[in-house]
Amino acid sequence: MSRDRDAMGRPLVAVTGLGVVTSLGQGVSDNWAALTAGRSGIHTITRFPTEGLRTRIAGTVDFIAADPMVAPLLSERFAEAAAEEAIGQAGLSGDFPGALFMAVPPVEIEWPQRQALAEAAASNGDVTYADLLRAAGSRRFDDWHDLFIFGTVADRIADRFGTRGSPISLSTACSSGATAIQLGVEAIRRGEVEAALCIGTDGSVNPESLIRFSLLSALSTQNDPPEAASKPFARNRDGFVMGEGAAALVLEDAARARARGARILGYVLGCGEKGDGFHRTRSSPDGAPIIAAIRAALDDAGLHPDQIDTVNAHGTGTPENDKMEAMGCLAVLGERMRSVPISSNKSMIGHTLTAAGAVEAAFSLLTIAHGRVPPTLNYAVPDPGIPLDVVTSARDVPVRTVLSNSFGFGGQNTCLVFGAEPT
Amino acid sequence: MSRQVETRNVVVTGLGLVSCAGEGVEAHLAAYRSGDGPRTDSATFAPYPVHPVAPLTLDGQIPKKSDQRQMEPWQRLGVYAAGLALEAAGAKADAALKAAMHLVVAAGGGERDYAVDGQILTGLRNAADPGAYLNERLLNDLRPTLFLAQLSNLLAGNIAIVHGVTGASRTFMGEESSGVDALRIAQARIAAGQLDIVLVGGSYNAERPDVLLIHEMGGYLSKPSYRPVFERAETPGFILGSGAAFLVLEAEDHARRRGARALARLDAVASDRTKRRDGSVGESLTGLWSKAGLAKPDAVISAATGCAGITGEEREALKTLAPQVPVRALGDLTGHTLEAAAPFGAALAVALVAAGEAREVAVTTVGHRRGEGVLRLTTTGESA
Repeated sequence: MSRDRDAMGRPLVAVTGLGVVTSLGQGVSDNWAALTAGRSGIHTITRFPTEGLRTRIAGTVDFIAADPMVAPLLSERFAEAAAEEAIGQAGLSGDFPGALFMAVPPVEIEWPQRQALAEAAASNGDVTYADLLRAAGSRRFDDWHDLFIFGTVADRIADRFGTRGSPISLSTACSSGATAIQLGVEAIRRGEVEAALCIGTDGSVNPESLIRFSLLSALSTQNDPPEAASKPFARNRDGFVMGEGAAALVLEDAARARARGARILGYVLGCGEKGDGFHRTRSSPDGAPIIAAIRAALDDAGLHPDQIDTVNAHGTGTPENDKMEAMGCLAVLGERMRSVPISSNKSMIGHTLTAAGAVEAAFSLLTIAHGRVPPTLNYAVPDPGIPLDVVTSARDVPVRTVLSNSFGFGGQNTCLVFGAEPT
Repeated sequence: MSRQVETRNVVVTGLGLVSCAGEGVEAHLAAYRSGDGPRTDSATFAPYPVHPVAPLTLDGQIPKKSDQRQMEPWQRLGVYAAGLALEAAGAKADAALKAAMHLVVAAGGGERDYAVDGQILTGLRNAADPGAYLNERLLNDLRPTLFLAQLSNLLAGNIAIVHGVTGASRTFMGEESSGVDALRIAQARIAAGQLDIVLVGGSYNAERPDVLLIHEMGGYLSKPSYRPVFERAETPGFILGSGAAFLVLEAEDHARRRGARALARLDAVASDRTKRRDGSVGESLTGLWSKAGLAKPDAVISAATGCAGITGEEREALKTLAPQVPVRALGDLTGHTLEAAAPFGAALAVALVAAGEAREVAVTTVGHRRGEGVLRLTTTGESA
């Protein structure tokens, strides 16, 4: 077995570039500094009026704008910034030498555009879709077609960075970012590509998205102070806080990365997934799918549960998620899990939804690089039902491996294992 | 770099189809053989014609009314067709097989509440505080579970809930090319030994004003009445069709071990994204044709949209690539089903091979804005 193959004889997958945008800032170094300092990016929403809303806070990214200010375009801007940083760090120039796998939020026309169409229709009676269609027929709104179809964000990123082949736009809900990475890993292992640009991006904090989650009672309503709202694993956790951002990872066949002298930041050692057919938003009460996903990731990495040094939790701060995630980790890692440091970045950046799996993958790799586990904010009241070592201030420990969990509506469970060195 | 990657034959063992042509493989083969145009509704959304899905007895595949109620039509169509495919593959009653079966779905998003949208837009005209008004109306008028009927990955989620297909699912978005790439990635994972069995497909509901709106912006809809796809010079564009197509793909040895009949082999799925300019579609298809390893197909099934320029380029390219070979447009059978178009093409090709009407079939997909795909399906090599 060569040093560039894993125990199963597959090409090892190295990470050679990272890029991050969150409410904490733009770029890996600003994010890491804020994250390890325990600074929160969650604040009162100013992007749109929040009158009448039960939740008026989010981790929006307010320092990057889009015109028009709609989710797909904002998501594209975040992705572009993250990809540029990652590709720059990887030291690649010219066209990107591989495929694009991109987690993007679902897209549809938004309210300002519906309103503009309704106005253009200039009907006097009740507005119907027939009016909007008539306005669209004027050809004045043709530019919005591309803006609001699902493939555009990835298409433009593919164009911008010169990735090869047909770009994949994907969703596995809140585990999308992890799935983008998994698709890249699989393609490299198949020998189909030597490199993959894997991105998760989400800029969809707008009134309707917020209200949709609010109607499902998924969001924290503790608006004041905003930075105290996201309370993963705490007994008084009351829901997640929406966040925005993007992360990009350059994955490469380790042999290729070494041959070109690239600096290897870490490895994606294993990926695991398992579906859950129990309920549209809730996990199987026995936790079996979560347990299976974690086990699958460890098996794929060729690691024993005892070899996991820290867990980068999905840790949304919803009563359900954190309980089930703790149960899953305890079931797989056993008694030792009680003393394995676990932390949730969502306490500071909120839940970046489609981007979360990718953002947290980037933070997991930084955790390895710095030997420092970032803290979980707002863990003031431990939950006796969650007997875990939740890290409350940045902790310096040697970290060779990280398990990063991502779970989503629709029975999506995806777990990734990152490592400093091949096993 | 050369790699010794395992390659296994990938076969199709089950098909599930619903569209304006009807339900099931036979209905679609009958439409393929017939020269009649597809069933068209030119009145409901006039001036935009659509191809409405045939009436379905949902209870047959979605037994629980509570599940039916939790879904919007695009999800019901997909879950229904997925059930047909599982049944055809002899997998429906095999809980263990389904628990290990993976899922790749090509989909957009779900229906909105059109009445609520209209009322809000009406009210916004005179609202003193439009932002507060929008918040109040959305909070009060949106059904809490509507979101789950809209989310792209919840078609896969519902297939897991209703049918117990719980290996793991991935949902690809991005219009026509997502259907091609769903098949491509699923095929590649099986061929490389990363998976043994996967349910792949897509669904589309055309009978909804929000998707007509998206495609009227840009002027991509052909109107006011149906004309065959390759005869739309005067009325370019597509006519959307409601339907869903699912295929059970598995490793040939896996199918053999469980005694499932292999209907056809999915030999190759080649896709690309080229920057569109005059001639790029023809060039891309020509390149993908050879990449897919097409030799002497007996039939070509084309997902051509009818959009100006690209449809003519595709027709011209096919004249060179497959002279004398009959080309059948899916738009003339099912209407344009966007994400589901490639799965429909693949499924119909499988049906032709399984019926002994072809030994090699090419499927072409040219997205209305981007993405080209060419599929090659053949007999399994064993006498059917």
